Amino acid sequence: MATAERYTGGGVLRKEDPTLLTGQGTFVESITLPGMLHAVFVRSPFGAAAIGAIDADRAREAPGVVAVFTGTDLEGEWAAGLPMAWPVTEDIRVPDHWPLTPDVARYAGDAVAVVVAKTRAQAKDAAELVRVDYDERPAVVDIERALADGAPRVHDGYDDNRSYTWTLTNGDIDAAFAKADIVIRRRTTQPRLIPNAIEPRAVVVQPVPAAGDYTMWSTTQIPHISKILLALTLGIPESKLRVIAPDVGGGFGSKLNVYAEEAVCLALARRLGRPVKWVADRSEDYQATIHGRDQVQHLELAADSEGRILGYRVKLLANMGAYLQLVAPGVPLLGAFLYCGSYGGEAYHFECTGVFTNTTPTDAYRGAGRPEATYAIELAMDALAREVGVDPAEIRRRNFLPKGEMVASPGGLQFDTTDYGPNLERALRLLGYDDVRAEQAARRERGDAKLLGIGFSTYVEMCGLAPSQVLGSLNYGAGGWEAATVRMLPTGKVEVVTGTSPHGQGHETAWSQIVADRLGVGFDDVTVLHGDTAIAPHGMNTYGSRSLSVGGVAVHEACGRVVDKARRIAAHLLEVSPDDLEFEAGQYRVKGVPDRSKTIQEIAFAAWTAHSLPEGVEPGLTADAVFDPPNFTFPFGSHLCVAEVDSETGAVEIARYVAVDDCGHVINPQIVDGQVHGGIAQGIAAALYEEAFYTEDGTLATSSMLNYLVPSAAEFPSFELDRTVTPSNSNPLGVKGIGEAGTIASTPAVMNAVIDALSHLGVTDLDLPATPERVWRAIRSAKGGDA
Amino acid sequence: MRISVTVNGERHDAEVEARTLLVYFLRETLGLTGTNVGCDTSSCGACTVLLDGQSVKACTVLAAQADGGSVTTVEGLARNGDWHPLQKAFHEHHGLQCGFCTPGMLMAAVGLLSEDPEPDEAGVRLALEGNLCRCTGYQNIVTAVLAAAAELRAAGAA
Repeated sequence: MATAERYTGGGVLRKEDPTLLTGQGTFVESITLPGMLHAVFVRSPFGAAAIGAIDADRAREAPGVVAVFTGTDLEGEWAAGLPMAWPVTEDIRVPDHWPLTPDVARYAGDAVAVVVAKTRAQAKDAAELVRVDYDERPAVVDIERALADGAPRVHDGYDDNRSYTWTLTNGDIDAAFAKADIVIRRRTTQPRLIPNAIEPRAVVVQPVPAAGDYTMWSTTQIPHISKILLALTLGIPESKLRVIAPDVGGGFGSKLNVYAEEAVCLALARRLGRPVKWVADRSEDYQATIHGRDQVQHLELAADSEGRILGYRVKLLANMGAYLQLVAPGVPLLGAFLYCGSYGGEAYHFECTGVFTNTTPTDAYRGAGRPEATYAIELAMDALAREVGVDPAEIRRRNFLPKGEMVASPGGLQFDTTDYGPNLERALRLLGYDDVRAEQAARRERGDAKLLGIGFSTYVEMCGLAPSQVLGSLNYGAGGWEAATVRMLPTGKVEVVTGTSPHGQGHETAWSQIVADRLGVGFDDVTVLHGDTAIAPHGMNTYGSRSLSVGGVAVHEACGRVVDKARRIAAHLLEVSPDDLEFEAGQYRVKGVPDRSKTIQEIAFAAWTAHSLPEGVEPGLTADAVFDPPNFTFPFGSHLCVAEVDSETGAVEIARYVAVDDCGHVINPQIVDGQVHGGIAQGIAAALYEEAFYTEDGTLATSSMLNYLVPSAAEFPSFELDRTVTPSNSNPLGVKGIGEAGTIASTPAVMNAVIDALSHLGVTDLDLPATPERVWRAIRSAKGGDA
Repeated sequence: MRISVTVNGERHDAEVEARTLLVYFLRETLGLTGTNVGCDTSSCGACTVLLDGQSVKACTVLAAQADGGSVTTVEGLARNGDWHPLQKAFHEHHGLQCGFCTPGMLMAAVGLLSEDPEPDEAGVRLALEGNLCRCTGYQNIVTAVLAAAAELRAAGAA
């Protein structure tokens, strides 16, 4: 029995917009409370230093200052250190991570003291007066150097800088390589990236000392997870801590964490009995918010003479930074199953080592492990095509997994639904592939300085985190379900409570579309509540492209329970059996007697008055649902980039960018396209512009937006998007995640295009990002000149 | 020091510290929190407002420099409850996701269209290069600005 699809898949405009377009949003920095104090942190300027005496006397006497605390002063506040929730192996080394470090600063930005004053300006002024005796030590910032003999140790208690080594094997990898005709061996590096949500992090804590209650507003993607973990860190009963994520200005994984500043503001509010606020400056955010990527990858492909892949062997080093943040050790595992991409093969071996360095901790940044894996395999596929002497499209056709359901991938996972070939052909047609190839050849022939290259990325990714059992098998510290409540109110309006925590993704809009269609009510009659642990008590929050395929599905399931309950009440009121009713467009009609009907709004009112309910049916028209998916979703697609490379200057311009994605059924095309646009832009940024850089002594040289290039509108073309639709079988809506796909796909598409433009000169590889200098040097080197 | 600034048509006389930046005067003294702060290097443009009709980054202007001037913030963009064509176009074309850069982006676009009522796509991209957005990839922002420009021209011709 189908309900009318009036909103799903169609063009509704976002409900979130009116508030945000008129400046009426509530971001954390805008929250002001009576008696509120302001915290400013004193941070180590050194990558590695022992902390000696801290003289805060002058700071304490400065105007407006209420208190100054060092790490030692606050030691008694912590029931536990900052949490790490993904101990990927039994023998993983998990160092102590205190919100204020009491003894040793292990990265530039490690907080050693906090100043609390009546205004932020006063706190900043006073923080300048805190004198810390640092005893600087040798630092190590590079992953490979950190593993070398004699490298400075980040943590004194360990005999080297290794945190863990995790392995995955599927099939007989040695046999696959033994019979290979072709072996491709590549080393690639993933630069460290700074997430750069445009809203810097901020925290406000309001205590109610007499009750022992705390409310924390935070720029977080994970209010529910933060509530549990901060309660444990502070020794506050979980029931006494309320966490609110109000309007949150972007996250991209950087707000998927439990941060020192949140714990310290809670501790300060507890000690001082007054509200406390902290807002990061951008340059502070660069040091104190997690970074992404920073890996060294070794990928080997074994293939037969025609380029059909037999096996994959991966050895990965992943920079954890100075401490293990919330899910950092697991980030490489999210990529571990994807070094075989959308391709087949007999055997797979993956090994990853997590490494400590004197740098800001890394953690999940948009894509988290999957962009790195996709980059490695997609560049290797082009290398394989060059080795075999076939077109990059053809090498992919030869290796795509077959169309099907629950298709076994060499990495050991079963992909929900696959249909890769037609998706690639659609992208090739949209691009006009043969014409672009002809133009490329013509330019080469006439010696044009502006060379063209076409880059492929036929990615697949795993998202929709995740089946709880699978997460358990990977030692993850939480489940992967999501919760929803749907309440039909007596007036016929609908309140939806979701455990997802949007920060730009438009859940209020998309969930309203799902609910309006499922219940047959108006889109504007639905209100979605989220991001407050007191209002939405259950949630696993928003990351890993999970919100729709887990949380949206939970909303859909809760609607189903509302419809079922309302059917029993309607049947009772109409004096028929529930089986005699059909439900469509918000009406329960007696089959064959269409004028005998009740609207769902009438049922909601009847459920509220409870004057006449069937036996055993409780008043009210509310239902809860928790959805725990049976599998990940595996969106896929074909991204084709046409890059124009100036062979004289090394400058790269993206001439065209075609993306044909498949995320199954689409609830809101405009939002999906927006996610793809933003994702592609972040991936292009990684390909051409962004690279965080540390000096040898542990100074973050890319210290602000002045020297870390976050690209503007001027750096991008308009992207050409299209879709194929292969519904997922992991959920009843047939949807797949789309939040990270663009970022996962685009970096290799761009780099393959740059290399393709220069391949006739003998350039076969380039390091990220492909800056003009790197490209120019590669050209010179290929021509036999000094690089 | 004492300053007098007209903000969104309303005159405000206030005592400010000499170092007070315009953006904090707007946010903290006047309570107009629609204008956001995204960086400390004048790079991101989240704090863009109009000062005497020109778009400026309010984190780089002292409140004292606005003395005697007229400031328009995102809160003052709608007229009599009717959204500015740019607000409508951002809504229709999905030119915002998290919305944090949006007030600055809108004000920068107002500044652009007052100087160049008929920009092409490249012109819009170049004119907005001082305003960073991490969510949208800019495509729908550019589309929205072009659509609003067309609407403003049509309204002007009518």
